[in-house]
Amino acid sequence: MYSYTAFDKDFLATRVSQFRAQVQRRIDGSLTEDEFRPLRLMNGLYLLLHAYMLRVAIPYGTLSAGQMRALADVADRWDKGYAHFTTRQNVQFHWPKLQDTPDILEALSKVQMHAVQTSGSCIRSVTSDHFAGAALDESEDPRPTAELIRQWSTDHPEFAFLPRKFKVAVIGSKDDRAVTKMHDVGVSLVRDSAGNPGYEISVGGGLGRTPFVGKVVREFLPREDLLLYLEAVLQVYNQIGRRDNKYKARIKITLHEHGIDEIRRRIEENFALQLTRFQGVDQRVITRIEQDFALPAFKQGNVESFVQERGVNPDFRAFTNTNLHPHKNPDYTIITVSLKAHGQTPGDASAAQMRALADIAEKWSHDELRVSHEQNIVLPHVHKGDVVAVYVALQKSGLASANIGLISDLISCPGMDYCDLATARSINVAQGIATRFDALKLEHEIGSIKLKISGCINACAHHHVAHIGILGLEKKGVESYQITLGGDATETAAIGKTIGPGFSADEIIPAIERLIYAYLGLRTDKTETFIMAFRRLGPEPFKNAVYKKEVNSNAA
Amino acid sequence: MVKVTGAKLITANDLLSGEVVYLTASGAWSRSPDDAEMLHDDSTEAQRLAEVLEADKSVIGPYLAQATRRDDGAIVPSHFREVFRTTGPSNRFIGKQAA
Repeated sequence: MYSYTAFDKDFLATRVSQFRAQVQRRIDGSLTEDEFRPLRLMNGLYLLLHAYMLRVAIPYGTLSAGQMRALADVADRWDKGYAHFTTRQNVQFHWPKLQDTPDILEALSKVQMHAVQTSGSCIRSVTSDHFAGAALDESEDPRPTAELIRQWSTDHPEFAFLPRKFKVAVIGSKDDRAVTKMHDVGVSLVRDSAGNPGYEISVGGGLGRTPFVGKVVREFLPREDLLLYLEAVLQVYNQIGRRDNKYKARIKITLHEHGIDEIRRRIEENFALQLTRFQGVDQRVITRIEQDFALPAFKQGNVESFVQERGVNPDFRAFTNTNLHPHKNPDYTIITVSLKAHGQTPGDASAAQMRALADIAEKWSHDELRVSHEQNIVLPHVHKGDVVAVYVALQKSGLASANIGLISDLISCPGMDYCDLATARSINVAQGIATRFDALKLEHEIGSIKLKISGCINACAHHHVAHIGILGLEKKGVESYQITLGGDATETAAIGKTIGPGFSADEIIPAIERLIYAYLGLRTDKTETFIMAFRRLGPEPFKNAVYKKEVNSNAA
Repeated sequence: MVKVTGAKLITANDLLSGEVVYLTASGAWSRSPDDAEMLHDDSTEAQRLAEVLEADKSVIGPYLAQATRRDDGAIVPSHFREVFRTTGPSNRFIGKQAA
């Protein structure tokens, strides 16, 4: 993992002391809320419906056991004993008090954590594949590149006042597990036909009220040119991105309005200028960063216990069927720990659970954890001989739900239970769906499916790219839920389409149930997943199933 | 924004705790909506809000919200968003409802 230099430590210490003084001046009345707001947002402090919210960055979703423990300590000492992991691989505390936030940030800075780039019109905390550096199908660890981008983007003076926020994701495998195509910039580590390392760059992806899939602006960029090229992209955005209307200010709109050819031309023009000015200092930096991301010293040992337990324990077998992913090392595996126990709030973990995860990671996952954008925690390096012990430890903490990739492993934003932007709740719908399909004992039969619920058009839960997306809106003074179908968050990214009028909070779960029963009836066999069946049949049969009951009840 | 009609109260978030608070007739802020001063005409509402916006540094973002006083004295906001603000999240027994 990346370890902070003296420069990083000084930067954070200065930032915390500046923020402490700013909070003090706000409390003593020297600063008005209008003056203070941009300062607190630069340090991840939002004001939501019931309280402040502190969003802490977990760059590219990687954290150590010690960092997870520090987060648990914050939850216990300054919050209400839990934290919420988000679709941006970050973590949120929903109840901090203003006067405590400098102490929280100071405590986090001791373990190399901060809330920088978690808000505001800047380059936000970089995201990546939660299986980075571990997955069998990965060609190269994307995290050194992600860390380089983090260092370059933090407090970059030219990009401190962009038209809007700017999100970058980096991946190193063909399977896109980081929703890369829906980011302002997507960076994929690739090789050219001669085997030279480079990047494919996509621009202009985004969710929110106007979703767009990102477009490739450069199929192959030599590795050493990355930061220059990103600067060129950001310069174009800074120059012609719209500042007259916040809803049209993201680079996706800039690209849409000017067209990919014109944007590419402008980027290449700026890039050519950059090339003449830059000495390549970043190549020394990334060499040092790469050393920090060397693979851990994998242990030897037999994996008999794994095979035996699978043979005799059906619960363990179910867990290993759903929650494991193939590791680069054949004796190792990647375990995804579900933060979606049926009926629980997706992404929430208690301080006790966070400490248990830290202990497990320290003992059995080479001291590493990951946060996935699907709001789960990943143990990236577990020897197969230790999986039984990990499973038992997870069970003790209520963390052994065998539901990864199933319908109850759904994404939900905090919605109107917390968020001041929300137009409806989303957690209650998530809980209702998970509980309902658990009661029906159907989720293993349904198989792989992606369901995502956002509580407003800003789409924090990525509902546009869900196989089944749910969007909570307000309609005539009550919560109303719209269904979209056919979205895809992977390398074949697609935006789902709304199928018709919304449903009330009481009606949305039965509507999803009708949709799922329709799929079970329509699929060729169990190997045809929901999205495969949808692509084969189109929306009509699913739409008919969803609205049938509505038609009948209206007629009656 | 939803057009606010009928009786209103003034609500905001406390500067230090961020907690939802309501303006009372004495000018102090209360954590309970039942203590809120009910305002019944446009000019009083505008005047009270302007006073708070101008002078009160102990809260953030004061605004008017429609509400009704029930026969038992309890004050209930009209919009479901405001109702959630009187209790706390519905997924956990936490916040005002647990106080």
